[in-house]
Amino acid sequence: MAVLIEDDTRVVVQGLTGSQGTFHALRNRDYGTKVVAGVTPGKGGADVEGIPVFDTVVEAMQETDANTSLIFVPPRFAADAILESAEALVPLIVCITEGIPVADMARVAAYLEGRAPVLVGPNCPGLISPGKANVGIIPGEICTPGRVAVVSRSGTLTYQIVHELTQRGIGQSTCFGMGGDPIHGIGFIEALERFEADPDTDLAIMIGEIGGNDEEQAAAFIAEHVTTPVVGYVAGFTAPPGKRMGHAGAIITGSAGTAQAKADALEAVGVRVGRTPTEVAELAEAALA
Amino acid sequence: MDLFEHQGKDLFARYGIRVPRGRVATTPEEAQAAAESFGGQAVVKVQVQAGGRGKGGGIVVAKSPEEAADAARTMLTDGFKGMPVTRILAEEMVDIAGEFYAAITLDRSAKRYLAMVSSEGGMEIEEVAREHPTSLRRTHIDPWLGLRPYHVTWLTGHLPEAAREGTADIMNKLYSVVLGSDVTLAEVNPMALLGDGDVLALDAKVTVDDNALYRQPELEALRSGFFVDPTEARATELGLQYVKLAGRVGIIGNGAGLVMSTLDVVQQAGGSAANFLDVGGGASAELMAAALEVVLSDPDVRSVLVNIFGGITRCDLVAEGILESLKRVEARVPIVVRLDGTNAEEGRRILTEANHPRIVAAATMQEAAQLAADEAA
Repeated sequence: MAVLIEDDTRVVVQGLTGSQGTFHALRNRDYGTKVVAGVTPGKGGADVEGIPVFDTVVEAMQETDANTSLIFVPPRFAADAILESAEALVPLIVCITEGIPVADMARVAAYLEGRAPVLVGPNCPGLISPGKANVGIIPGEICTPGRVAVVSRSGTLTYQIVHELTQRGIGQSTCFGMGGDPIHGIGFIEALERFEADPDTDLAIMIGEIGGNDEEQAAAFIAEHVTTPVVGYVAGFTAPPGKRMGHAGAIITGSAGTAQAKADALEAVGVRVGRTPTEVAELAEAALA
Repeated sequence: MDLFEHQGKDLFARYGIRVPRGRVATTPEEAQAAAESFGGQAVVKVQVQAGGRGKGGGIVVAKSPEEAADAARTMLTDGFKGMPVTRILAEEMVDIAGEFYAAITLDRSAKRYLAMVSSEGGMEIEEVAREHPTSLRRTHIDPWLGLRPYHVTWLTGHLPEAAREGTADIMNKLYSVVLGSDVTLAEVNPMALLGDGDVLALDAKVTVDDNALYRQPELEALRSGFFVDPTEARATELGLQYVKLAGRVGIIGNGAGLVMSTLDVVQQAGGSAANFLDVGGGASAELMAAALEVVLSDPDVRSVLVNIFGGITRCDLVAEGILESLKRVEARVPIVVRLDGTNAEEGRRILTEANHPRIVAAATMQEAAQLAADEAA
């Protein structure tokens, strides 16, 4: 078993006909993922290397039984693409697009609240269950099947840490990037909840970074609900204070936001926090030994 | 993107929020003329994208046009908290009967906008929340419903009777600012009740969502007037995320998390980063070349570390970009390159075949950080 994506994942790619969409959809298919459809308004009836293209998500689902959508649509149309999939009740929506206006995402997040579709991203690398399915842009060759689950706010940093795990012979059950935008879909807590429930995951790794208070909230959740061992990482110990943090924003998160505060919060609930990606892999190795 | 106070007030005024009459001045003479036009007195306010002006001498009440000129001269000459000052705002004095606080901001953990009104104005809002929690009323806004009349009734219900209607009007207009101009923070601190019963914005703190600037051309145009490090300005123009730092190792990476992590690892290897530069996802050869040119143009840089883990970014294009830029600019320092991920083998092969004397290949991030730190020492 894996988390969120499985052998039976069937992907519709929104924005399949764009250069990024085509490149990564074909890589996902080469990995063994069932990429069953594409959606580009106005290009219905075409195909990309044998993958049929539809005008709308609803048509794609009716014709191909897709159960996961993967979005490579440009930022100004991406929120609409998410809503289209959500309204079509696609169970899992993965949005790779970077640069979506936050006002658009606030509307998307409010729509999704209390509804069935699960959103991963935006501004994320997607997810991979090694050996089963790859939905997004995580390079499949750096992963190997195994029993460690990874969740991260950063794309490339995920690759770095997964790569270090694989080099040590530590395989992964599911690796998942939640995205780096201020408003995003499911986060650390929802990921840890699923890792905890997954009989094939023995260890969870969570990769955070400065800003917001996702890590602190995750720490509180771990203390209450997580028995699976967790190893953590926080990027940005040497980063200067963020420019985007306004005063009215600070009232919501208190004094949180620095890498040190996040690492402290995680360590206080028993999470071992590595200071470099290499150290994270070493801690994971030690925890599994 | 943070606006200057006078730009924030211009924006507020466009949505019908009353602000004091004011004039931007870039010389003491202009400040003097502004004070004269307001009947001799003026509040002279330094224009910087930072808080703490009240306590730091950034706001001066001038009793005469000459005092206004003197205050402006000091600000323009001395700067403010280490920042250069190129403009000040001279405003009319207003008759203040009460000071309050109003704001709408994005609450990222709630994934909603948050509206706040406090009966305590002029203080930092964190301090209000800590010291006078009962003076602060807050409510989240569902973007599909908007700010409703019952929200506003609650938000303004603890203010003196005379200030409620004017504040309600300001809250509705602030929400229009947030929606209409893609603003993630619209803060009025203080908001003043005047002797004539009107409520106006004495200050304006406005942050605009960078991701939405494509549909806010008037706000985007303001950026050209901001003071930024020249290297930073060039990087922004090219679509790169760049922050100048104090060290000597120039850093280029893809993805904010990986770049932040690279800064940390370089420091642990005994070095220190000269900058943060994220080329973003899907960087092309041209963008990579531009990134390298930006970093090499910084005279503090003693070595460069290119740390790429390709996902949406293709390492072959990164390698081509590095070689392309070295045809245009001289590699005056060693360039340590570490490539992994999408098309990494192809990228490494391109670099090996080029056999450039300044390019040092590294197998791992840790090794790359060590090499770059040692080269810069």
